[in-house]
Amino acid sequence: MKLKHKKRNLRKRKITNVIMLSFSFFAAIVTIIPLALIFYYTISKGIANLNIDFFTKMPTPVGEPGGGMANAIVGTILLILIGGAIGIPLGILSGLYISEFGNNRFGDVVRFLTDVLSGVPSIVVGVVAYTLIVIPMGHFSAFAGGGALAILMIPTITRTTESMINLVPSSYREAGLALGIPKWKTTLAIVLKTAWKGIATGILLGLARAAGETAPLLFTALGNRFWSVNVFQPIASLTVYIYQYATAPFKDWNDQAWTAALVLILMISVLSLFFRFITRSKYKV
Amino acid sequence: MDADIKEKTPIVGTTSDKKNEIKIAVNNLSAFFGKNQALREVSLDVKANRVLAIIGPSGCGKSTFLRSINRMHEVAGGTITGEIIFDNEDVMKVDPVYLRRKIGMVFQKPNPFPTMSIYNNVVVGLKLNGIRSKKILDEVVERSLKRVALWDEVKDILNKSGAHISGGQQQRLCIARTLAVEPEVILMDEPTSALDPISTSKIEELMFELKNDYTIVIVTHNMQQASRISDRTAFFYLGQLVEEGTTKDIFINPKHERTENYITGRFG
Amino acid sequence: MSNNPTGSLTTDTSFESVKSLINGKVKRKKEPSPFTKKILGHKNIGDLIFERLTLLFAALVVLLVVVMGWEMYVHSRLSIKEFGFQFLVSTEWDPYAEHFGALPMIFGTIVSSILALLIAVPLGIGVAVFLSELSPLWLERPLSFLTELLAGIPSIIYGLWGIFVLVPWLRDDVEPFLQKAFPGVPLFEGTPYGFGMLAAAIILSIMILPIISSISRDVLRSVPQAQREAAYGLGATKWEVTRIVLGNAKSGLLGATMLGLGRAIGETMAVTMVIGNRPEISASLLDPAYTMASVVANEFTEATSMLYLSALIELALVLFIITIIVNVLARLLVWSTEEKRG
Repeated sequence: MKLKHKKRNLRKRKITNVIMLSFSFFAAIVTIIPLALIFYYTISKGIANLNIDFFTKMPTPVGEPGGGMANAIVGTILLILIGGAIGIPLGILSGLYISEFGNNRFGDVVRFLTDVLSGVPSIVVGVVAYTLIVIPMGHFSAFAGGGALAILMIPTITRTTESMINLVPSSYREAGLALGIPKWKTTLAIVLKTAWKGIATGILLGLARAAGETAPLLFTALGNRFWSVNVFQPIASLTVYIYQYATAPFKDWNDQAWTAALVLILMISVLSLFFRFITRSKYKV
Repeated sequence: MDADIKEKTPIVGTTSDKKNEIKIAVNNLSAFFGKNQALREVSLDVKANRVLAIIGPSGCGKSTFLRSINRMHEVAGGTITGEIIFDNEDVMKVDPVYLRRKIGMVFQKPNPFPTMSIYNNVVVGLKLNGIRSKKILDEVVERSLKRVALWDEVKDILNKSGAHISGGQQQRLCIARTLAVEPEVILMDEPTSALDPISTSKIEELMFELKNDYTIVIVTHNMQQASRISDRTAFFYLGQLVEEGTTKDIFINPKHERTENYITGRFG
Repeated sequence: MSNNPTGSLTTDTSFESVKSLINGKVKRKKEPSPFTKKILGHKNIGDLIFERLTLLFAALVVLLVVVMGWEMYVHSRLSIKEFGFQFLVSTEWDPYAEHFGALPMIFGTIVSSILALLIAVPLGIGVAVFLSELSPLWLERPLSFLTELLAGIPSIIYGLWGIFVLVPWLRDDVEPFLQKAFPGVPLFEGTPYGFGMLAAAIILSIMILPIISSISRDVLRSVPQAQREAAYGLGATKWEVTRIVLGNAKSGLLGATMLGLGRAIGETMAVTMVIGNRPEISASLLDPAYTMASVVANEFTEATSMLYLSALIELALVLFIITIIVNVLARLLVWSTEEKRG
C-alpha cells in the first residue's frame, strides 16, 4: 500500500519536474522571439530606403517623397559628443574619488546618490535639463540636449570606473608606490591604465544608451528641420525623427522611420566596434 | 648653503667608513594595525653593503618590519612608534616619495605592470618622475637588465608585455625595475617563495652580486636560503627581535633557546 | 648610487648617475622648497590636487541630484498651490479649462507596470532559472548575450515596432479573439483599436524582461552550490532543487522585480507610442490609457501656460520620487540576498 503511494507520488513529482523545466525553456524561447522580430522588421523595412540619399540629403517638406536625414545623423553624433564631453570626465573623476578616497561617509553618499541617479527616468532628466539649461538660456539647444544625455551617462560611467579600479590587484599599486612614484601618478598611470579596458566599456555603454534616447531630447534639443551644427540652437536627432515620422500619418514618413531605426542601430554597432578596436590588447599574446 | 650642510655632522657613518657603516638604525620600533601590535620595541642596525636576512615563523612581524622601513606599512593603514634613521633622518619625517626612491622593494609575487612593455616596466619609475629622454632610458634599460642577467633573454622582446615572460624572469624584471631608480637599499619580501628552484638560485646569485653596491634586507621563511646568502641574520618571534648577529653565529651558535629551536626545526 | 657624504633626504639626490648622463658630471640638485614638504605635511602637491579635484567632481554629482529634486519642486510650486492634493485624485485632465487632475495618468502608470510585471516576472525568472540551472554551457553564452541585446534596444525602436507590428496584430487578431472567447468580461470590452493598455503592458513586459532575468540570474548564481548538492543528495528532482534555490534567493528575486517595476514606471517612448494617450480610467485592457511619463512627453512642448507647465513638472516630480523609492527598496533587497552568501 505504502509503496504504491510512494510510486504515485514519485510520478507526480517527475511530471511536475518536466512541466516546470519545460516552462523555463519556453521562457527562454519566448524571450528571444521579440528580439528576433524587432531585428527582422527593422532590417527588412528599414533597408528599403537605405541609400546614399539618406545619409547626405536633408528632409523634404511634407508630402514630397525622397530626401534623407543627414542633419539628424550629424545631430545625434553631436549630441553624444556634447554629452560625452560633460559626462565622461564627471563620471571618471567621481568614480576615482569613490574608489580612492571614498571609504567614508561622504563616499557612501556619493555612491548612494549615483545609484539614485541611475534609476531616474530619462523623461525626468529631460525636464531637469529644461529647467536648468533651456529656461536660463531662453531657448532650446543642442547643448541642453547634450546636458541631459550627460546626466544619463554619469551613473554608468561612475559605477564602472569604481568597480574596475577596485578590481586592480593592490600589488600593482604597492609596486608603484614602492618605486617612489607619488600616489596620484600611481593611481593614474598604473592603476587607471590597468583598469582602462573595463572603464572604456562602461563609457561605451553610456554613449550607446545616450544615442538611443528620445524622451530627454524632446524639449531640450527639440529638433530641427534644417541643417545645423550650432551647439546653441535646436538640433535634429535620429531618435526624435523616428518618433515624429512614426507617429505621422504619412506612409512615406513611416517608412523613413524604419530606415532611421536601422541607421541608429548600425551607428551604435559601429560605435561598439570602434571601442573594441581602441581597447584591444596592444600585445600579441 | 654648503655651510649649513657641513654643520650636520652625520651620526651614521660616511661612505669612507664602509666596513662598519650603519645604513639604517632602527630604535624601539613598535608597529600597530589599529589596536593590534605587530612589532614590539625592535632595535637593530642594518649595516651597509651587507645582506641582512629576517627569519622567523609566520606572523612574527617580519614583513611588517620590512614595510615600516620604506613606509609601506602606513599605506596599508598601519602606524608606528619609535624611530627609523636612514641617511641621518627619521624616515617618518621626510617625504615618503623620496624615501622610497632611496629604499626600493621587491615583493613576494612578481608583479610587472601588465599594461606596459618590458622596456616601460623597467623605466616606469624614471618616466613617471619626469625623465623622458629616450637615450637615457635606453641606457638605463640595458644597464638594469644586464645587472639582473635578463638582458640577453629579453633584449629582442623589449616591447612585449611584462606578463609575457616566466615567473622567474618576471621577478628579475621587478628587481631591474627597482634598480633603475637607483636606490641605496633594497628590501625584499620573500622574493623567491613563489618561484621554482632554478629561478630561486639565479636570484640568490644576483643578490650576492648586488650587495657590493646596495644594502639588502631580505625577509625569508627559507632558512637554507638565509644561511646561503646573508651576512647577518635577525630572528623574530611574535613581533619581537629575539636575536641578531652574523649568520654564522646565529645558525651555528645561537644565543637563545628559541632561536635554536626555530633553526633546528622544532617549530615554525 | 650617490656619493653624497651627508645624504640628507631633504636633498633630492635620486637618479644621480642618470643625471650624470645628462650633465656629464655629478651635479647635486638644488634643495626642493621646504614649503612643499614640511608645510603640506609631506604630501606631494600633486596628491593634494588630485584628491581635491576628484572630490570636487564627486561633489558636483551629489549637487546635481539635490538640484534636480529642488528645481522640479520649485517649478511645481505653482501647480501645487493651485491644486494641492486634488492633483493626485482628480480625474479631470483638461488643459483648456486649466484644470489638471492626474489620477488617470497615475492609474495608467501603475496598471501598465503591474500588468507588465505579471508577464515579465515569471518569464524573467524562468529564463534566469534556465540559464543558471539548466542550460548547457554552449547555449548559455549566446542566450545570455541575446538577452542583454534585448536590453540594449532603444525604447523608440520598441515603440516603432509596437505601432506597426504589435498594434495591428492586437487589433486584427488578438483582441477580437479575446472578445469572442470571453464575451461580456469587462476586461475585454470596447472597440479593439490595438492601441491601449494591453499593447502598453506587452511592450513594457518585453522591455523589463532583460533586467529582471539578468539580476535574477546573478542572485541565483550567488546561492552556494553546496545547497543544491545537499538537495540532490536527498533525492530531489531538478525542479525541486531549483525551488529550494529560488526560496533561498527570495528577497533578491523580489529586488529584481522591483528594479523591473522601477524601469516600467519611468518608461516613456515605447509606451507613448502604443497606449493611445487618452486621460481616462477604464476597466478594459482594450481601451486607450495614459501614463505620467507619456503625458509629460506629449504635452510638454504644447504647454501654453505657466500653470500647465507647472502641472507637468509636478508630474515629473512625482515620477522622480516614486522611482527613487522603488529603486532604493529594490537595491536593499538585492544587496541583502547577496550579502547573506557566506
